[in-house]
Amino acid sequence: MYQSQAVIGITNARKNPPLEQCVWPADALNNIPDWVYTSQAIYDQEIERIFRGDTWNFVALEAEIPNPGDYKRGYVGATAVVIVRAEDNTISVFENRCAHRGAEFCRSSHGNAKEFVCPYHQWSYDLKGNLQGVPFKRGINKIGGMPPDFKNAEHGTRQLRVATRNGVVFATYSDNTPPLEEYMTKEIVEEFDVPFSGKKLRILGYCRNELPCNWKMYHENLKDPYHATLLHSFLVVFGLLVPGIKSIVFADKEHGRHGYMASSKPDQVYATVAADDKAEMRSFSDNLRLRDERFLDYEREFDSPWSANMMTMWPNLIVQRQMNTMGVRQIIPNGPNSMVMQWTMFGYEDDTPEMTRHRLRQGNLMGPSGFLGLEDNEALKFVQEGIRNSSTDNNVVKLDAGHQGTARNLISESCIRSLYEYYRAVMGIRIAENAA
Amino acid sequence: MKEQLAYARSVVLPLRAAELRAEIDSFHVEYCAALDANDVERWPEFFSKEATYRITSRQNALMNMPVGLVYCEGLDMITDRALAVAHSQMFAPRHMLHVLGITRVLRETGDTISSQTPFILMQTLVEGPSTVHLAGIYHDRFVREGARLLISSREVVHDTEILDTALAYPV
Repeated sequence: MYQSQAVIGITNARKNPPLEQCVWPADALNNIPDWVYTSQAIYDQEIERIFRGDTWNFVALEAEIPNPGDYKRGYVGATAVVIVRAEDNTISVFENRCAHRGAEFCRSSHGNAKEFVCPYHQWSYDLKGNLQGVPFKRGINKIGGMPPDFKNAEHGTRQLRVATRNGVVFATYSDNTPPLEEYMTKEIVEEFDVPFSGKKLRILGYCRNELPCNWKMYHENLKDPYHATLLHSFLVVFGLLVPGIKSIVFADKEHGRHGYMASSKPDQVYATVAADDKAEMRSFSDNLRLRDERFLDYEREFDSPWSANMMTMWPNLIVQRQMNTMGVRQIIPNGPNSMVMQWTMFGYEDDTPEMTRHRLRQGNLMGPSGFLGLEDNEALKFVQEGIRNSSTDNNVVKLDAGHQGTARNLISESCIRSLYEYYRAVMGIRIAENAA
Repeated sequence: MKEQLAYARSVVLPLRAAELRAEIDSFHVEYCAALDANDVERWPEFFSKEATYRITSRQNALMNMPVGLVYCEGLDMITDRALAVAHSQMFAPRHMLHVLGITRVLRETGDTISSQTPFILMQTLVEGPSTVHLAGIYHDRFVREGARLLISSREVVHDTEILDTALAYPV
């Protein structure tokens, strides 16, 4: 799959400009230039300023590494890291790169270890990523070996700062990233705490897919309620989201970088849609009915007005709660034209077997084969393919123009506009002067 | 799926296994032909009323994780999946090709047969090459209904650790 794209899907050079040519159109709020999604130079700067900048990156759930010595492979941005619980029960995150010759030494997806040993020359690291042993450090018969001034302490792995909240683990490269809760902002913390109240999680499983789209599109898709009723006929048909139901698209008040799209499912199983709205929605069907309606059962388990909440936490986390199916998704950027999505589905330790099965049944909505997930993945691929070689180079985000940030209306792109206002500032991108 | 995918010897005598294998082959030829013709609405016809169906990664199976890319309990859910794919789902047009390996017949108990069959699932998108979309093993339990076999449990356990974009059709 990947090899053929490398040969066939080469991006037009005009869509891959150097940084100095990346100037945002004058009507900046209402337009997004294609190079945001296709420029290698922009991507490289995103890695530096965003993923290694002043951000908290999701890396793991504590339930994945419950015991001392438990570890798992992970990523911060596109950089491979190891997430480990040490003997003192603290969690460390360090780069999966031997300080000697750069080998990615941790090869198992997860496990339990007392130390990490690089297989190439057997340099060993403790559970916090500090260099412990260098074989033949003093040579043989005092000939060869490291110079006398070589200090292990100066040659550990690159270690990141770590923060946790209610069982969710984050890491940052920067010393300047504010405390996690301050970084999240108050309203995001409140919604985050609904599924992550501190109650013990039970991991239900994983999945991973490559999406041939720019990583930012995934954020945008969850700040775009407009697509939900149009692309996802499944949602509409089964009344999970219809025009007019109680919903919100929220953008954090400080930066507009985090957000959530939440809705409250009406009590009846199937939606009633006004005739005028039906005419606007080509995918609407009156005759689709489920044979097994258990799929749509909704057990109220949280004190929340929302039956569904899809939260995005900048730059790499999605917290998914759709009725009783829950999961986290981690975005791993993979060059301007690709991203990897890692899905971790979970319930709670005290779930009954029937509740677990209910969550698993409802899980059919999500993931690369999910009734919703499949369509998002496909649509984002279409966008990336469309922009890579087209002669035009602009995206219009004018719905609900004049408003920015939180929207109470589904036909709005106000949260996408506020995200990119923040993005331009972080990236230091110039806006063109108005020609007129 | 017992002992997390460890090798377990077949307890069926070779000649009987060959006989059952021929029967399972006949089943699979039709099962794959329906799916390879993109006729997903016929897919439920291959399952018994109480059938379960799950697609999951080898990693999940090894860790005893219950999640499924597709997770169906009962023929009604299987039918809902088929109807949703046929009538409500948006995805790029594609052709799937199932290539099956040799079936291992593991056990026969009354009208129930347990078996494993390796598969490679090829995908071809419009203007695209044919790529290996998924590789893995069907872990099956068949039941006899009259002269035909039906699936009473299929666990599609795939080795593929990263999926290209999406999996639109059942496997």
